[in-house]
Amino acid sequence: MEQFVMNFTVTNRLATTPSPRVCGVVSSGNLEVLVESGEPEDTCRIDVHTPAEGFRDIWSAVLRDFVERQPVGGVRITINDAGATPAVVSLRLDQAIDFFRSEKP
Amino acid sequence: MNRPSSQPATWDREKQNYQARLARGAALASGRKVSADDIVRLLEAVIEPGDRVCIEGNNQKQADFLAKSLARTDPALVRELHLVQSVLALPEHMDLIEQGQVSRVDFSFSGQQAGRLATLVEQGRIKIGAIHTYLELFGRYFVDLTPKVALIAAQMADRDGNLYTGPNTEDTPAIVEAAAFKNGIVIAQVNEVVEKLPRVDIPADWVDYFVKAPTPHYIEPLFTRDPAQITEIQILMAMIAIKGLYAEYGITSLNHGIGFDTAAIELLLPTYAAELGLKGKICTNWALNPHPTMIPAIEAGFVQSIHSFGSEVGMERYIAARPDIFFVGRDGSMRSNRAFSQVAGHYACDLFIGSTLQIDLAGNSSTATKGRISGFGGAPNMGSDARGRRHASPAWLRAGREARPHAVMPRGQKLVAQIVETSREHMQPAFVERLDAWDLAESSGMELPPVMIYGEDVTHIITEEGIAHLLRCETPEEREQAIRGVAGYTQVGLARDRRMVENLRDRGIIRYPRDLGIDKRMATRDLLAARSIKDLVLASGGLYNPPKHFRNW
Repeated sequence: MEQFVMNFTVTNRLATTPSPRVCGVVSSGNLEVLVESGEPEDTCRIDVHTPAEGFRDIWSAVLRDFVERQPVGGVRITINDAGATPAVVSLRLDQAIDFFRSEKP
Repeated sequence: MNRPSSQPATWDREKQNYQARLARGAALASGRKVSADDIVRLLEAVIEPGDRVCIEGNNQKQADFLAKSLARTDPALVRELHLVQSVLALPEHMDLIEQGQVSRVDFSFSGQQAGRLATLVEQGRIKIGAIHTYLELFGRYFVDLTPKVALIAAQMADRDGNLYTGPNTEDTPAIVEAAAFKNGIVIAQVNEVVEKLPRVDIPADWVDYFVKAPTPHYIEPLFTRDPAQITEIQILMAMIAIKGLYAEYGITSLNHGIGFDTAAIELLLPTYAAELGLKGKICTNWALNPHPTMIPAIEAGFVQSIHSFGSEVGMERYIAARPDIFFVGRDGSMRSNRAFSQVAGHYACDLFIGSTLQIDLAGNSSTATKGRISGFGGAPNMGSDARGRRHASPAWLRAGREARPHAVMPRGQKLVAQIVETSREHMQPAFVERLDAWDLAESSGMELPPVMIYGEDVTHIITEEGIAHLLRCETPEEREQAIRGVAGYTQVGLARDRRMVENLRDRGIIRYPRDLGIDKRMATRDLLAARSIKDLVLASGGLYNPPKHFRNW
């Protein structure tokens, strides 16, 4: 089990402050992504909990690309991974943020 | 003094030999009919050392009883055979080699025997002439690999030896045509002998012997994919394929390779593609086996026609009830024909899309792995530009313009797409610097690395990251970066030149889901028109009858 936090500085804060949003499930090859507001508006904080060790470089690349696609500030994202591929992680993060955005405040 | 003979030349030695074989077999047959108990002795009587023998079988039906019987012949009598056949898929094919009865094989595909075959080659116990595509091997049947003995499979025979091959006609007409008209012996195994056939697929006077096999010939339900196993990543890739490729080029005629990636596309036609207003504009005419995952698209009115290489177990009643779509005989059952469908896939389809195991930086793709000689099947025919094509279509012309924008002479191009997830389980990368095919070629003494689709023919690569329009690249360097730009978090993908990839994106050579206006929130299993085998049965109105092991309700 590995746990780490990555903080990204971003420019555009999400306009709304909706309720927390969960996307996905913790089952084999999948992951759960929890999006909450409450971070400083120029910050996207991502907490990763993963059973697989030794993939920090890949995680960094996946999360860097995600923030580049979706530069959202004021949010904290918690990832509970169950051995998802980078492809699934990227998809789930994009889905979670899009769902979070679309929710009414 | 030796003088050239003044006797008249003999032009029918082969025919005399054929008649001598029939004379030896006559005692073991009653007319054309041979009993199962006598078949081994019949094979020993009519086969001569060094014969080219074709044991029919493809990735679908197999002349398995005749293969087993041949493997029971006396190796002292039946030896030095040269097998010329589509697949080496049965254990008996390998047994024949191990028993020392085969000296050479020319084939297309080896499926489950790929590992055993590689071992036999490495031990020097068998020589491979060449590994072909189906159409290529069929071609050689009429030039330099004509079978002397053809062992074929049919569903029924009548008492005269007329054959009904039914929905799984597959390779039979090509094999029999070559053998029967070039002094070859044709022996058929059949499941039943009946008074009157539903229709005649092979006339009796092309057949020398038939035998009722103790059990029906084996058929593999190779093209059945359970929708329950389709992942969200495959759904996302299918959305990219539909919006970024099918809609972009207006592709109406096509062939789908086998696998879950293409099954996902089929199941998104009545949902995602219909929502995009694409019904009637894409995917109307197909060269395709009757994939059960096509049922929802057919029922939704997406499809106008499907010609098939073979049939699919359980689809018979559904096909028979949809004669406007499938090629169906006057008796009401489907007729397939691999040779014609391969021709259709090569010359008459604008798109081939299929999955693969490895793609290199030039876009060459291969399913070869070390220690397994698996062969090609039909994909290379479908997945290559048909340079002999002379009829135009909008998609073909557009691809040609994009590939050769400065060419003076207008010419189209076949769209050939590879659809792959960047990593498989255990992070096995689909993108590599060097294909395993090179190692396999070396260890097996092959003249060519077994490449399934050559990079120069690949126009598009689709991954979960996006679509690369390789045909729009102007230099090999651009092509390499376009491949890296959709290669995800593989080593190949991570080593991309990010600036160059952004440039390719600006020019529409790489397009990511957000560039295509794809809403990733839709990439869930809810988007599938059927989410289980049971859904497919329901969609067919109960006509589809899946094999038992696909039933879980």
